[in-house]
Amino acid sequence: MTIDLEHFLTVGALLFCLGLFVALSKRNAIGVLMGVELMLNGVNLTLISFARFADSETPIAGHTFVAFVLTVAAAEAAVALALVIAVYRHRQTVDVDRLNMLRS
Amino acid sequence: MEGNGVGIAFWVLAVVTLGAAGGVVVSRSLMHAVLMLILAFIGVAGFFLLLSAEFIAMAQVIIYVGAIAVLMLFAIMLTPEIDRDNGETRMIAPALLLCIALATVFIFVVTDTNWSVVTSDPGLTARDLGNALLTTWVLPFEIASVLLTAAMVGAIVLARTEQDEAEDELA
Repeated sequence: MTIDLEHFLTVGALLFCLGLFVALSKRNAIGVLMGVELMLNGVNLTLISFARFADSETPIAGHTFVAFVLTVAAAEAAVALALVIAVYRHRQTVDVDRLNMLRS
Repeated sequence: MEGNGVGIAFWVLAVVTLGAAGGVVVSRSLMHAVLMLILAFIGVAGFFLLLSAEFIAMAQVIIYVGAIAVLMLFAIMLTPEIDRDNGETRMIAPALLLCIALATVFIFVVTDTNWSVVTSDPGLTARDLGNALLTTWVLPFEIASVLLTAAMVGAIVLARTEQDEAEDELA
């Protein structure tokens, strides 16, 4: 069995699309955040497979970029979940369909 | 990559990861969705190992499974009276259409492009990553640490209650 770059890129693309669907379709704000994390994972998988397979002079750049994506994902998750808790405290809901107080 | 071991590992990981991601889409309970998400994170870490990125795989397990998934479990448990369901909004049909279209485009690009690939493993280690982070990318590295500090302070400020603030003023 030969596993090529295309196989890994396909899995990364499908993971990204599943994450996008979760992020767009879920009603719960925590569910939306899960979708964003899945999308980031799909992108990370793509970056690492390019670092392994691409004909490049500095393949370590792929690993470096993934390390930064992991850092920003951790920061983003912490702030987003703090926002979820703050919104819940004021509105007793985290349903994104019902967070429409800007609509007059 | 040649060999039966690699092939079996790839297909098992692909089924586990994409199956777990599908589980996040379909599971009714938010708690089950987080557990499925953890399985998907571990599957991606397995892919990183298969692509000989050991350090990134360990970082993935520690940061995603150890920190982000646990934060999500905390957030679910700290918001008790919401219905725990993981239902969809009214935008499900356009979202499904967009995702299928995007997946089609991605798979077309992946299969149609003539990628210039190397067959041999470039043999990247954690030492190379450390060297790259502290020489070429030292400025982004420092900015990332400032970003993390700012995000942590921001998260604490956002999650504080008015009662906490009143107690701090008394002290």
